[in-house]
Amino acid sequence: MTATGAPADAIRTSLASRTAGGIGESTLRPDGVLKVTGEFAYSSDLWHEDMIWGHTLRSPLAHAAIRSIDISRALAVPGVHAVLTHEDLPTAVTTYGLEIQDTPVLATRKVRHHGEPVALVAADHPETARRAAERIRVDYEELPVVTGEESALAPGAPLVHEDRTDHRSGRVPHPNIVHRQPVLKGDAAAAARRAEVIVRGEYTFGMQDQAFLGPESGLAIPAEDGGVDLHVATQWLHSDLGQIAPVLGLPENKVRMTLAGVGGAFGGREDLSMQIHACLLALRTGRPVKMVYNRFESFFGHVHRHPAKLTYEHGATRDGRLTHVRCRIVLDGGAYASSSPAVVGNAASLAVGPYAVDDVDIEALALYTNNPPCGAMRGFGAVQACFAYEAQMDKVAARLGLDPVEFRRINAMEQGTLMPTGQRVDSPAPVAELLRLVKARPLPPERGWENGDGTADVRALPGGLSNTTHGEGVVRGVGYAVGIKNVGFSEGFDDYSTARVRLQTAGGVPVATVYTAMAEVGQGGVTVHAQIVRTELGVERVTVQPADTGIGSAGGTSASRQTYVTGGAIRHACETVRAQVLERGRGLFGRDRPEWAEAGLRLADGRVLTERGETLAELAEVLGDEPAEAEVEWRHRPTEPLDRLTGRGNGHVQYSFAAHRAVVEVDTELGLVKVVELACAQDVGKALNPLSVIGQIQGGTTQGLGIAVMEEILVDPVTARVRNPSFTDYLIPTILDTPTIPVDMLELADDHAPYGLRGVGEAPTLSSTPAVLAAIRAATGLELNRTPVRPEHLTGT
Amino acid sequence: MRVSFTVNGRRQEADNVWEGESLLFALRERMGLPGSKNACEQGECGSCTVLMDGVPVCSCLVAAGQAEGRDIVTVEGLADRAARRSGRDAPGTSLQDARGWRPDDPGLSPVQRAFVDAGAVQCGFCTPGLLVAADDLLEREPRPSDADIREALSGNLCRCTGYEKILDAVRLAAARTREREGER
Repeated sequence: MTATGAPADAIRTSLASRTAGGIGESTLRPDGVLKVTGEFAYSSDLWHEDMIWGHTLRSPLAHAAIRSIDISRALAVPGVHAVLTHEDLPTAVTTYGLEIQDTPVLATRKVRHHGEPVALVAADHPETARRAAERIRVDYEELPVVTGEESALAPGAPLVHEDRTDHRSGRVPHPNIVHRQPVLKGDAAAAARRAEVIVRGEYTFGMQDQAFLGPESGLAIPAEDGGVDLHVATQWLHSDLGQIAPVLGLPENKVRMTLAGVGGAFGGREDLSMQIHACLLALRTGRPVKMVYNRFESFFGHVHRHPAKLTYEHGATRDGRLTHVRCRIVLDGGAYASSSPAVVGNAASLAVGPYAVDDVDIEALALYTNNPPCGAMRGFGAVQACFAYEAQMDKVAARLGLDPVEFRRINAMEQGTLMPTGQRVDSPAPVAELLRLVKARPLPPERGWENGDGTADVRALPGGLSNTTHGEGVVRGVGYAVGIKNVGFSEGFDDYSTARVRLQTAGGVPVATVYTAMAEVGQGGVTVHAQIVRTELGVERVTVQPADTGIGSAGGTSASRQTYVTGGAIRHACETVRAQVLERGRGLFGRDRPEWAEAGLRLADGRVLTERGETLAELAEVLGDEPAEAEVEWRHRPTEPLDRLTGRGNGHVQYSFAAHRAVVEVDTELGLVKVVELACAQDVGKALNPLSVIGQIQGGTTQGLGIAVMEEILVDPVTARVRNPSFTDYLIPTILDTPTIPVDMLELADDHAPYGLRGVGEAPTLSSTPAVLAAIRAATGLELNRTPVRPEHLTGT
Repeated sequence: MRVSFTVNGRRQEADNVWEGESLLFALRERMGLPGSKNACEQGECGSCTVLMDGVPVCSCLVAAGQAEGRDIVTVEGLADRAARRSGRDAPGTSLQDARGWRPDDPGLSPVQRAFVDAGAVQCGFCTPGLLVAADDLLEREPRPSDADIREALSGNLCRCTGYEKILDAVRLAAARTREREGER
């Protein structure tokens, strides 16, 4: 059965049951105990009798023709069971991709980026496989690389994909452009003439890595029916399945996928990594094959956040009203398309930020280059734009002599504002209130490193335990930022989820089971899904079954959408189960008690209650030995594609908003930054689990801090080779780098969403970065138009 | 080669160990103890932290052969270690245990329980290493300041939580342990 999320579905939260552990409570993770005892089985922990190990040989060059591959020396290594190249692929389908199937399973005629998979080895020990892979001889002929807009669009530029036939290829101005999306509203040129102040800026956003801690890994087990069972860490089982099965030449029902424990994702597991490779090796050898990337390989094993060049022009009147925004956002998609088109759509439609601007001229595009492929990461195109538009907002405020928060307040969007796409924001948009909340917080005390006896606690200073300063040369700055992120899949995508809920008695007690294909990646979906069932069915005991492809798709754990969409599916499945229970109860007891015919009957505390709270029956008596069960496919209200030329359309289903205030201390002599506090305020609609929501906000905030001051994949501009694929050289925030993150949570219901909730995972990743940058600018007076900020940018050395 | 050492109080042996294998690999792939995690295998993330003769080490940087004859504690042994430390290793159930018994507590150490209760676990991949490091801190310093906690855990990367709930968890474990000791 199918249901849609019409406004009438908005829950009456007052009806939420009294059942313990329902929505709104900070219940604990059902997998928490297994995770602290070390028993939780992550994808890299799997083991099977007779299991052998797979390994990937990757290209050392960013762009090269492959003249020949000689695997004979690798095959001769004792302990090696198989060596595969593109010639061993079983069908004519040799590429895959989320939207455009442009990614070779194994490189065929050429490699297009550093680290592209070229060959596979299976052996009885991972070291044997590694050493055998080193003995494969690949004869490369190096080709010139394209690494940015200039080289990619130059006359005679090498084409990254020489024979494009994908559905976007006919609509782009150049074959090295994956996708381009303008968004036009009003008349920006005319509005610019009314502007009394015009500010232009060029910004550079570095390449960020998701750096999830659980490496790409999984176990493929060949099955007797010629199929394969794949246990893997992913964000979307069914999306993987649709890409894996055609390459293997198997029907989808012979590729049975089960979600293994996932050690974080953040967008980096939307694309395939080792899935097809492990299956190919397992089917070839007839043995279970385990593959586990190490950290070095992980940096090549998944797509990254798009680096970007952003050019902005903002105009305003003297009284602080924005007249217009013109901008151009160039995202580097790297060698393969991944989710670049959707990232472009987000960057374009959200390019102005959470502000009401009538006249807008936006262009966003993603390039094909020979840099590492880029795709999904938390914030998905909105992050890069937010970094730039918030820097612009500060600059305009400074030119007008206005307080930066006041200038934002004047221009803040609210419910009813029209987006540049023409879409009306039809639920609360408390942009000004979020800024007010972070600003109203008391500031952390000055010179917090002073011990009071004339000594300094270096741990509280820039440079930390490196003991680089005792306060000399340290200045403080405070900065603000706010951002807007869409929730759910956009631009007309059929965004749905499937859920099955069963209610039965066990040992005389009613218990519920919920079954979906949702990927739990750490976000706590399993926690809130059980809470929804408790609230809807009034039972305390709920089992969340493992996710696999035995049920329909849940959609991806991405776009902040799982609580909304799979949560919505579960809620509707529960409603169907509840109707079955009430129907059965009416049949059993309705003759004796007329209240059974009333509207508003509900399930709570294991009982059937009237709306007034009188008990009609124990749930167990109604159920007897017969379970009640329902499976539902549920979708949110549809979105529309953005017009190809104007960007007009109701492209998004929901918007979410967060604001940050950053307080930093900068050692101006050494260029070291200490973030002292990073306060966040976010509207979450309805916090189904406040503890988890705050965990999402603090985690997202910290990833934004990372891109502000430390995280960047460095790609050599000449060779397009990755320079720092390790946690030694790619730094993510430690507990010493991370400040206290106080959180203010607003709960303004979105009447279109289940329980009024708003997807929470991504918005805090947006405004964190520009707030830190603004604080560093305030401390140093420097312009700082790129992120991350490195010491040399602060010292000028 | 053959290696043998003690893990969580039990003698463990492994044969045909390649000389380049890490202690982490031996624990995870040869001894059936995958609790210690392989997040970087470069000694940078702390997810594989174990105690070797009572000292926290990155087990990915210790060769399996170097552990010969040593005493190793992994996340799988933390609950037992905590029980021994609080003098509860004598046979039978102590009065304190009987009073403190909770039906939903499947034998967790205070720091393990606190990580669950405080919401310090999201994906959980960093958790085993953090638990070993935090347990070591609380053994040395029952009343750590926030700066002490940050310093002690600075070798353990977490990508999900932003560390705030991890600080909460360590504070909670310290407070509960002190409360318990005080009752004695």
